Amino acid sequence: MIETKGLRKSFKGRGKTGTVEAVRGVDLSVSDGEIFGFLGPNGAGKTTMLRMLATLITPDDGEAMVAGVDLRKDPGEVRQRIGYVSQGGGVWDDSTAREELELQARLYGMTKTEAKIRAEAALTAFQLESFADRRAKTYSGGQRRRVDVALGCVHQPRLVFLDEPTTGLDPQSRAHMWDEVRRLRDLGMTVFITTHYLDEADALCDRIAIIDHGLIVTEGTPAALKREIAGDVVTLGLNGASARAGELLDKEPYVNSVEPVEGALRLYVEAGAAAIPQILRRLDDEGIALASIELHRPSLDDVFLAKTGRSLRDEPAATKGA
Amino acid sequence: MKFLRDTWLVFARQLQLQIRQPVWVVVGLLQPLFFLLLFAPLLTAMVKQAGGTSESAYQWFIPGLLVQMAMFGTLFAGFGIIAELRAGVIERMRVTPVSRVALLFGRTGRDIVTLFVQCLLLVVLAIPFGLEVELGPLLLMFGMLALIGAMCSSVSYGLGLLTRSEDALAPIMNTFSFPLLLTAGILLPLTGAPGWLQAVGDVNPFTWAADASRDLFQGAWDTATVWKALVILGGLAILGVVWGAREFARSVR
Repeated sequence: MIETKGLRKSFKGRGKTGTVEAVRGVDLSVSDGEIFGFLGPNGAGKTTMLRMLATLITPDDGEAMVAGVDLRKDPGEVRQRIGYVSQGGGVWDDSTAREELELQARLYGMTKTEAKIRAEAALTAFQLESFADRRAKTYSGGQRRRVDVALGCVHQPRLVFLDEPTTGLDPQSRAHMWDEVRRLRDLGMTVFITTHYLDEADALCDRIAIIDHGLIVTEGTPAALKREIAGDVVTLGLNGASARAGELLDKEPYVNSVEPVEGALRLYVEAGAAAIPQILRRLDDEGIALASIELHRPSLDDVFLAKTGRSLRDEPAATKGA
Repeated sequence: MKFLRDTWLVFARQLQLQIRQPVWVVVGLLQPLFFLLLFAPLLTAMVKQAGGTSESAYQWFIPGLLVQMAMFGTLFAGFGIIAELRAGVIERMRVTPVSRVALLFGRTGRDIVTLFVQCLLLVVLAIPFGLEVELGPLLLMFGMLALIGAMCSSVSYGLGLLTRSEDALAPIMNTFSFPLLLTAGILLPLTGAPGWLQAVGDVNPFTWAADASRDLFQGAWDTATVWKALVILGGLAILGVVWGAREFARSVR
């Protein structure tokens, strides 16, 4: 459904900052009918990549086939075949869901009658009937988000891009959105989704790719990626002594690697059960007090940390919109 | 064909949303009323002091006021596009195959229709005060207003897309619109002005518009002033619309 080769995009920086290479040669392959998760820290090139694939910005170099059409040769035809839901959505406060859906369908070239039928179908499918004729400013965050997604799907594209569809939603609305996304896949659509939540990527996506510094650092099914991280993860809560403890434990033979994360220390070890007593002993010898200790199987968060050196959860505020 | 259809779709939506926003309708209709009721009597008093009649004051003032409304009503259209950018509406439409230029033309069309309603109301309300006008010249007058509206709203949309911020757009608009208004001899005639100010007024296209507008309200529609104004404003309207459309196509690819 999506096939890119060496896709590149750079932006001219303001003043002396020079050019920013947001996407530096991305090869990506998304199959028909899968939910594909696209992850990356802020400024990694995630949004740039998404906007390129959705025809909103033009690539500098490389090739891309999107929904069977050459993106660089015929962006107009790509637009006809894809749906795109931006992070902030695009419903006008004084419009109603029904009006917006009908207009959107007409912008895709449908006649008035067709548009009415499609809008009605979308209202039913996304369960928007109860507020279909109310103005959008009265909608809850979850309702608005569902209208956004419905707008992106009203012309029944084979491929839809969802840019962080659950950001800012309460847990219930999030679960509802997951169901919607799965329903779209069950209808045969390919869903290309970006998210900030790794548990979401794990639960929802058939395959994921992680982008960092404009390059894909890893790609695969969530299960396969987690398997790549051998052994167990031990997370130590240390009150301020993280740096010293990290240095110390990194030298221990049973510790594969150490990653500091916000006041805690994450140790990747061969076997957790055997490692924990040794860790405790070592820290005790040095007189380092432990606030908490936790043993778990590697999660996508650990994959992310191992591949990018950063934790997505604890990442600081965005520095760049790319 | 697709372009016309898309323009119509955008136009119809914009108009529907505007009608739904009662604040805009009321403000838009109140503005001409304020000028008619709060400023015209002042001018009438001055004209009477100078030996004229109140009818002649209206006959001089209303045509200029229409030009002013065409400028001010549409120059601030750019604020709307900034709000739409922020709400994500523009981006949502950009990913559809809709004609890019239609996104501009539909909006400009809406602005011109709004302008017509305001101007028509003003003319009708001024008739009891002694304003006289014939249908033919009035139609030509509205044609001229459409040219001004198309130019000002396109430029405003272009600037809105360039600045993407109300805080930047407002001072730009005020900086340009007030000198243009004052040197066009719309509120007060430039006849008593110093030579340099008259010279500034002579190169201000809105001076031509105001003069032509007054000719039209005298029933004289084939004067040199009228034709010059139409040609000048027509040229400027084309320039403004082309620039606005290019700005739209560039940032709304």
